Parts: sequence; structure tokens; C-alpha cells
Amino acid sequence: MPDLVLRDVVVTAPGDDDVVILRPTTLTLTEHRVALVGANGSGKSTLARLLNGLVEPSAGTVTVDGLDTVRDGAAVRRRVGFVFTDPGAQLVMPTAAEDVALSLRRTVRDAAERRLRAVEVLDGYGLGHLADVSVQSLSGGQKQMLALAGVLAAGPDVVVADEPTTLLDRRNTRSIGDALLSMRQQLVLVTHDLDLAARCDRVLVVADGQVVHDGDPAEAVARYCAEVDAS
Amino acid sequence: MSAPVTLLGLYRPGTTVLHRTPVGAKLLALAVMGVVVVVLRGPVSGLVLLGVAVLLAALGRTGTRRTLRALRPILLVAVVLGGIQLWRFGPPVAVEVVADLLSLVLAATVVTATTAVDTMVDAIARACGPLRRLGVSPERVAFAMALTIRAIPQVLEVAAETRQAARARGLERDPRALLVPMVVRTVGRARATGDALAARGLGDD
Repeated sequence: MPDLVLRDVVVTAPGDDDVVILRPTTLTLTEHRVALVGANGSGKSTLARLLNGLVEPSAGTVTVDGLDTVRDGAAVRRRVGFVFTDPGAQLVMPTAAEDVALSLRRTVRDAAERRLRAVEVLDGYGLGHLADVSVQSLSGGQKQMLALAGVLAAGPDVVVADEPTTLLDRRNTRSIGDALLSMRQQLVLVTHDLDLAARCDRVLVVADGQVVHDGDPAEAVARYCAEVDAS
Repeated sequence: MSAPVTLLGLYRPGTTVLHRTPVGAKLLALAVMGVVVVVLRGPVSGLVLLGVAVLLAALGRTGTRRTLRALRPILLVAVVLGGIQLWRFGPPVAVEVVADLLSLVLAATVVTATTAVDTMVDAIARACGPLRRLGVSPERVAFAMALTIRAIPQVLEVAAETRQAARARGLERDPRALLVPMVVRTVGRARATGDALAARGLGDD
């Protein structure tokens, strides 16, 4: 698995250094599946966005297999895919096949070949029959699965998913969760779904802009629950 | 809430002659039609051009109901415009103006309905190739155009959602309750889309 390394990373609010979003953090993530859990506004999404270069550290460095997310941003984004909470913002083309084809533009130059490959990718996620359907008419679960398919079509080594099941019903939560956890790629999953977090290899609990617990999933989840219950 | 059907994003995959025609030829034909509409005067030429556009729509199998639904806003404009022309200049001018408008919009619809956005992006990128010498990325220009096209139905969706939210609070007659949230949400969505594009590495090349 790739090495995701944060060294003395601090993130402050844009234009206001006094507002600290992420306190000094040093971490190395090498496990296949890592979950980040914590309350809303705790800083876990900021931590996740650092890994793809969507958020730049105010201090310190973030590297993906030695590539700096600021200096080598383009190379990092080729290796680290990102799945957002709201797939509506992520799907930018009119139809499912065209959106996946967009991810393939860098690697497949011929449009007809790209279309064939896009449909193959969709078939792999049970979305082949929706290839030419408008993305606006897809259900929430189908949109999120399509967003994931689009990310994976680009061939990343790491997938960062920021609360990908928050807007979904139970059935879709399970199918997206299963798809994420069965990927060969390294996964960094921000989630409020503690069952999903417990199925990961490592769980980080984030609170007030810092990692307050890091370790065995069952223990970390239990500790997070105890803290929530006590507060 | 169902997504609004618009002229843009109307693409229907198919194997008709028009689907197989190169996008450059289709855009050229559309431009020629635009010139012809302006050059030829009178209601007869307008009706002939409208007939040609209807024929093209049938040839491209754009789907009668779907096309009419997408054209509905333009049909409303055509009715109002036709009424004004009828009142001001009489029936021949009204027929000509309405026929010209509908024939051009329908012909453009046929182009979008028979051309995938991906193909359009390729064509625009090729056409913008010379801009590379000026330091402009043709891919980026083409992609910006495609995103603009994609943004129109999204903005309409945001407008519909905002209208419903205002109505739910009994504020449907308050322009601030419609305009402010719509602008804020549109900007928010644009930022989210920008983040998503950056995350997918689009624009890095």
C-alpha cells in the first residue's frame, strides 16, 4: 500500500491564522483501509482533503509515496481519487457513460474506445444499463456508485471518500460500503457509520482538530461512542 | 423532484445518419442554416427551413415528446413573439419570425441530440488547436464550454429547489427569499464542482 505521510501538518482558516482547523498532526497511513470518525466540524474532512491536495497545509508537509501534495499536486491527484459526500457535485457530464469517459480522457485518446471502456467500467458496478441515462435522473445510490466508478476508472492507488454514505438509505449505504471496502486500492474513509468504520483496518478518532485516538477499530469505535455518550 | 428537461444535455445515443455525421460537419451546417435564415426573407422560406429542421429531427430520431418538452420554453417565447409581430407587422412577418426562430432552435437541438458532449469537447479542442501557440490549452477551453452547457440544467434545478423552499416557508412572493439563496447555492455548487474537478485532476494536464 502507498505511504500517506503527514509531518507536523497544521491547517488554519483561509485569511485567518488564528482559527486553527487542524492542530499539529504527524501521521503515517499504510493500512489498506483507514477510517476517520468524529463529530461534525472536528476536522476529519480537512484531514482527508489534505491527502489529495484539495486542502493545502498551512504548515508542515503531506506526501503520498514521497510525492508532495503541494509541489507535485498533479501527480498526487493521478494517484489519489476522491469521492465526495454529494455525488451531484462530482458528476459533471450529462450521462453516466460520458462521466466515466471523462475520467478516461487522460489515458484513452480515441473517443469510440473511450466509450467502450466506460461502458465496461459501468458494467463492473452494475450500472451498464444506465450508461446513456441522464445523471440527473439517477437515484442517490446510483449517483454515488457512478461517482465511485468514475474515480476508479482513472486508476488511482488510493481512494479518499468523504462521508460517501451520509445521503444514502440503508440498502445503498451497504452496497457503497461493500464496494469501498472490497477495492484493491488503499481507502481512507471519513464516515459517521461506525459499523463501516469498524470493518476497516485502522480507525482514527478526530476531535477539536486533532487525532485523539488511533488504533484498533473496535477499541477506537468503542472509545468514540463512550466519549459521545459522556458529553 | 424531477430534473428539468432542457435543450442542452438532450443527447440520445443512436446509429442514425446524423449520429454518424462528423460533429464539425453538423456545426458547419448549423452555421450555414443560420446565414440562410437571415438572407432568405419571407414566410415561405421560413416555413421551408422549419420543414427541413423537422425532417432533420425525424432523421436523428430525437423523440417527438422529448423534443417538444425541451422546446416548450422556446414555444412560449415564439407564441408571444408571433403575437407581437402579428399585431405590429401582420401575418407574413409573424410567420417568418416564428418559423425562423423555431427552425434554428430545432436544428441546434438536433445537433445536441445526436452529438455526445464528449465528442463535442473533442471537436472544440481540435478547433481551438491554434490557440495553443498563444499559451491557451484547447482542452481546457473545450472543457469549460462543456461545463457551461452542463451548468445550465443544474442552475435550473437549483432555482426550482429554491422556489420550493421559499414556498414551503410562505415566502414565494419575496424576491430576496428566491434570489439570495439561489445565488448562494449556485456559487456553493460551483465551488463544489470546482473541488470535484480538481480532485479528478481535470485541468492538470
